[in-house]
This record gives sequence, C-alpha cells and structure tokens, in this order.
Amino acid sequence: MPKLTIDGKTVEVGAGKTVIQAAEQAGCFVPRYCYHPGLSIAGNCRICLVAVEGQKKLQIACNTQVSDGMVVHTQGEPVEQGRAEVLEFLLANHPLDCPVCDQSGECDLQNFYMAYGRYDPRFAEQKVRKPKAVPLGPTVMLDAERCILCSRCVRFTDEVSRTQEFGIFNRGDRAEVGIYPGKTLSNPYAGNVVDICPVGALTDRDFRFKARVWYLSSSPSVCPGCSKGCNIDIHYTLDRPHLDDGARVMRLKPRVNPEVNQWWMCDEGRYAYKAIDRCRILKPRHRGRALGWETAVLELAGQLARIEPKQREESVAVIAGTNLTTEALYLAARLFGEGLQIRNCSAELPVLPGSHDELLIQADKNPNRKGAELLGLAGEKARPAEPWIQAALDGKIKSLWVIGEDLAARFGEETVKQLAEKLELFVYQGSHENGTAAQAHWVLPSAVYAEQAGTFVNCDGRVQALTKAFEPLGESRPDWLILTALLTRLELPAPGNEPAKIFEALAAAHAPFAGMTYERLGLQGLPARLDGAGGLGGPAAGAAAKAERK
Amino acid sequence: MAMIIERKELNLWERLYLPEILRGLWLTSRHFFVNMFFHTAHLFGLFKRHRAAVTTQWPEELRPLAARFRSRHRLTTREEGTPRCVGCMLCETVCPAKCITIVAGEHPDPNVEKYPVRFDIDLGVCVYCGYCVEVCPEDAIRMDTNILDVSAYSRDQMKLDIHELMNPTLRKPVPECDLKFPHKCALHDGKLTGSWERVYGPGEKLSRPADQGTELAAR
Ligand code: SF4
Ligand code: SF4
Ligand code: SF4
Ligand code: SF4
Repeated sequence: MPKLTIDGKTVEVGAGKTVIQAAEQAGCFVPRYCYHPGLSIAGNCRICLVAVEGQKKLQIACNTQVSDGMVVHTQGEPVEQGRAEVLEFLLANHPLDCPVCDQSGECDLQNFYMAYGRYDPRFAEQKVRKPKAVPLGPTVMLDAERCILCSRCVRFTDEVSRTQEFGIFNRGDRAEVGIYPGKTLSNPYAGNVVDICPVGALTDRDFRFKARVWYLSSSPSVCPGCSKGCNIDIHYTLDRPHLDDGARVMRLKPRVNPEVNQWWMCDEGRYAYKAIDRCRILKPRHRGRALGWETAVLELAGQLARIEPKQREESVAVIAGTNLTTEALYLAARLFGEGLQIRNCSAELPVLPGSHDELLIQADKNPNRKGAELLGLAGEKARPAEPWIQAALDGKIKSLWVIGEDLAARFGEETVKQLAEKLELFVYQGSHENGTAAQAHWVLPSAVYAEQAGTFVNCDGRVQALTKAFEPLGESRPDWLILTALLTRLELPAPGNEPAKIFEALAAAHAPFAGMTYERLGLQGLPARLDGAGGLGGPAAGAAAKAERK
Repeated sequence: MAMIIERKELNLWERLYLPEILRGLWLTSRHFFVNMFFHTAHLFGLFKRHRAAVTTQWPEELRPLAARFRSRHRLTTREEGTPRCVGCMLCETVCPAKCITIVAGEHPDPNVEKYPVRFDIDLGVCVYCGYCVEVCPEDAIRMDTNILDVSAYSRDQMKLDIHELMNPTLRKPVPECDLKFPHKCALHDGKLTGSWERVYGPGEKLSRPADQGTELAAR
C-alpha cells in the first residue's frame, strides 16, 4: 500500500485512492465542489488544488492518484493563491444573490471565499444572464446563474437515480445546467440534488424562503418512512413560531451512513416530516372528554386489573404497530404479555403493499418490523393479529388495546365503528388524529419519533438509535413513558424511567441485542445478531459480525 | 436581571418637611431668575456666550434633529409600490431585542424573487440601536422618519405592521388595507390579502412560468 506525506503527516492508503481521499484520512480538509464521495470523479471545478513536490504545476487532489513517497501540501502560499484564482473564475458571472438565496449560510461558495478568496474583484464586464427561479419539478427549483457547473447533479441523475434528467447545455460562459426538454425532475430521489449542489443553484421548493439556515438546530434521527431506516438529521427551530405557521420541523436532511443509505434519502421520507406538527392528538380523552394523564392511567390500570385472569386468555387483545420504537414494543410485551398474561399481544399484521425499488425505498412503510420480529411480536413466531378484529366483531374479544396502528386505514372506518360499538374497552394509543382515534373509547396521545429517544431495527437488521429533538407536542407522551406509567400503577416491575435503561433491559433479555447500549450504537447503529447465537460484545464484535455476514 | 435598590431612610432634617420644601423652591427660583437675567442681558447684547435655557413649543414646534438621528423605522419601496426588502431576514437575525418578525414569500419577478409577506417591528421592545439599518443589504429599512412620539394605549398597538412601516404617515388605527401585493397584516388578523394581479395587472406575465408566483406565495 502506498505511503505518502500530507502536510507533514504520513498516511498509508489503499492503492488506487486519490489524494483527496488520502488527505481526508490524514485529517486535512481539501475544499471541493465537484468531488463527491458518492459520485464519479469529474475534476472540473479545480478548487481542490494541492501542491505535490516534484510537480511544477498545482494538481487537483480529487483526480490525482496516490503513489508511494508522494509529498503533498494542502496549505501554503501557492496552493492558496491557486484556489483564490479558481474562485475568481467561478464567481466571475455569479449573481451574488446571497440575501435571497436559500443556500446562504451553508454555501460552499461563501465558505471557501471567506477561507481562500478575499481577493479584490477585477471583473468589470457585464455578467451573463441565465434563467432564474425555474421549477424543475415538484421539489426542486433551479437558478442557472448561481450554478458553478460542477456537474454533481448531472452525475447524480446519471449514476445514482439513473433517471438522466440533468445536462449541461451550451459552451463557454454560456454553458448552463438544465433538464432535457420534455422531462421534469420528478424521480423519487430528486431532493438529493439539492443536498449535493454545493451552491444555491438547486434549492428545495418545500424549504424555499421558509427560514434561514442559521435559524435551524439539528438533531440526528432515523427516517420512519419505511423499513430501510435512512439516517437523517432533523432541522428544526423552536423560537420562531411565525415561520411556517408555527411548525417546528423545517426540513430533513440525509445523514451519511455507509451501511444504510450512504448519502441519500428518498423524497417521500424527506417531506414526511410535515406530519410531526399537524393533526396531532394533544390530550388524553375518554369518549370525547379530555382528561389528565393521572386520571387516564389510574382508570385504565384499574380496568386492566379488573379483567379476570381467566378471561385475559381469550377476551383481551393488544395490537402494537411496527412503527413503534423497539423500547415501546418491548414494554408492551412486558406489560401485556408477561405482566398481565394476555396471550393475544402481537404486532403481526400483513405488510401492506407499497412502492419499492433497488436503491432505498422498501415496500414495508413501517420502520421497525424487524425489531418487532426480533422481540417475537411479529413474524412467524408471533400470533397473527388480523383474526382478532373478526373475533371482536363476533363478541369473543371484549377489550382491545391498539398502539400506533391505524385500524381504520387497514380495515375501513366502518369496521372500526362497529368495533367501538361491540367492545367494552377500546383504547387507541397513537400520535395522530385518524379513523381509529375518532372511534376509540380511550385515546392516549403518544409522541412521534422526533420527540423521543429509542431505536428502530431496519430491514437489514441494523439497530439504529433515534435521539430526542424536542419535547412532545401538547400533552402527548412517548409510548415508553405511557407504558412505564401503567406498569408502575399495576405494580409490575418496570425496567427504568428512561429509554436508555429500557434498552439495556431489552438487550439483556433478547439475544439479538446482547451487549448493545445507546453509546455503543452511536450515530451509525450496529447490526443485530440475527442468528440469535450469543452476545455481541461491543463495536469490535459488531464489526466482526458484519465481516462474518459478508 | 433583577436588582434590589435599598431605599435610604429619611433623616431628621428631611423629616421636618419644611426645610426640604424651601430647598426645592430655592432651586426652582434660582433657575428662573438666572435664566431671566441672561435672556434680558441677551436682549442688550450682553453675555452672548452664556447660553440660557430654551423652551420648544412641542408639538407645534419640532426640535431640529441631527441627520443621523435614529427615529421610527420605515421600509423603502420600489416603483410599483412593493417593498424593496427581499426578506433576507438579516435584520431579524441581528436585532438584539428580537423585535422584528418576517415571513418571506415568492415575488413573481424572478430578479426580485423574494419579498416580505409579513414584516412587523415591535417598537415596545426595540432599543433603537439601528443594527437593522446597518445590516440591510438592500437599503430597504431606514430609521429616518424623524418620528419620535411613538405612543399607544396598549403593548399590542406598539407593533408596527407592514402598512405603517411602508407609509410612516399612517398612525394606528390604520384606516384600511391599501397594499395591493399579497401580504399579512394586523388589519386582516394576519391572514393573507392582496394579489400580484393588482400590482402588475391581470394577464401581465412577468418572466416566470405559469405555476409560480402568487400560488406559491399564498401557500
Ligand atoms: S450560491 Fe452561495 S454565493 Fe451564490 S448567491 Fe447563493 S449563497 Fe450567495
Ligand atoms: S446545479 Fe448545482 S450541482 Fe448542478 S452543476 Fe450547478 S452547481 Fe453543480
Ligand atoms: S433598531 Fe435595533 S432593536 Fe430596533 S428593530 Fe432595529 S435592530 Fe431591532
Ligand atoms: S435586512 Fe433589509 S432586505 Fe433583509 S429582511 Fe431586513 S429589511 Fe429586508
């Protein structure tokens, strides 16, 4: 393997790597526009200039192969002057719209100009005018003047989404980016071109003008849109209620995870954040009457305790959704299954048909079916929950507790209405107003994924942690807290009063999670031991397990 | 930050009351007679270098203000009557009192692109630092109206909305909504009113594809 020196640091990199990758490994940042680790190398923006000893001219780091004994300088006089000159070319025709540009604040033109530019402009001629504010599709807006022709968007649609919408047309200073005639940018991954565009040429029509990027706070999470579990950052603002009618979440951005989504996410997931602040259930209620949590928990615990132990076998059913966190599923199993000895406790419902493709999108639109399977609540070992609906309609099941699963969407509003008439106890624990919440006797508002810590297990069996971005809306509470309150009220052992403790208890009880803690999961998650054979002694063993599977 | 200031006890002399009253009267009369002396002397051209107190008959007569005096804000306008402001929110960001509220919308002219649908300044909170004027990249906000007498019966009325900011002669209550472009103002409960058609005329297309403009701004 070639060994080279970058800014005095010696690194050993794999053969065939380029200088920019070696510099990354050495911890030296090299600016880049056209280089993107997820795309092929174009080498056209020229900002990544570095000095290689023995070469007269500056070299572009992204397309220079490493060789043994190379000595590279990423800083210093000639390199920085070279970058300033490249910037002067890139900015020659740039409109400098920063006040209206949504990229402003996270723009690499701004950042690199402040870091390497700061020249006195010498361009006195008329700037070339190009189309501005052109909608390319439902999600993306183009400003051709701001484009620096890095061709990342072209390569993305050629290589990743393989939909080939983008092209660069004309030549010289008339060259402009655009989409081919007759096409619209409406592929399911279109939003990613906004993320990879290093400047404000491609902006998100949904985020457009909603907020300035420096208003946003960020919290790492996992997209609940499908069972792939793409890693995301939730960008939100809490102190500017005038923005977007008081919504807290402004946008989602994909977070790099080489094992799951790499750099990308789909548009369906990207814009699903809107539900976080809309149509939420805000207060617990009983037959339409709002009440406090204390009363609700007390009443419901009483009702559960009053059910005869013999009847619990047959006449009670608990349906948990596969959109719950693993912690909530585990507590549900502990409370209803182990604690109250209810046999009919399961998350096993048929997966509804959904769109899917090879890249990321999975047909199962629930994020945690795998987690439910590993806990024995779904899959072959679990009791199918579907027949219970008919049993309830026939009067065999008298009490039904539903957590996070919208029965109305599955079985129709009419069925749920009949259920509400037949059942003696019908509890819906969920986050959003829907057909089930409208009919259930008891409604307990739960928090959404952004409002709680927890874990999801994605379709490949990777356990990934969510973090809590902000407090639950209204009086809603995370499912783990609701279930813990019930456990405590029923004087059953509760594993602890925070998700981390619950996860530890879960990891101790279920072999696939053995040895895992939130700290060990970190931001990238760990693969669960799907063979169920023994523990997983931390990240090192996790990596070993991964290697084994490969 | 709360600060507790100890109140001094009155001493015996102060509690006797009359001596303090007389001391006050003495101070007032001294000012009166000294000023009268100098004003009379000025009439005879004496002691010209010594200034005496002046009374301005406010509000009939206004005191001259320095050119860079920071008074009530205004938003400058374009020819067609829309604000110059492009809704960059830099003033909202820099404002140390956090009293500026901006909601941006889509302008049908792609060369303008962005404009403020809502622009409020809470003068009850503003500290008149002038940072908003300083930071504005478009010379869209100025503090040169020379209006100092901002007063209202409630805190809510101290909030200027886009009407009062674009037309400094307006005083609360704002009589009627005369802004033609889509905007949100207190008159309509913060609901969106106006349309680009009323500014540019029906059918007059700015250089933007059809599905743009008002439809997005009204979102
Ligand atoms: S792309 Fe960057 S430099 Fe250009 S207008 Fe937008 S923020 Fe400013
Ligand atoms: S639109 Fe953005 S990503 Fe595409 S070529 Fe221009 S600068 Fe690069
Ligand atoms: S003068 Fe200062 S406090 Fe007042 S609005 Fe402007 S920035 Fe804010
Ligand atoms: S700084 Fe100027 S252009 Fe920007 S929002 Fe404020 S007034 Fe408008």
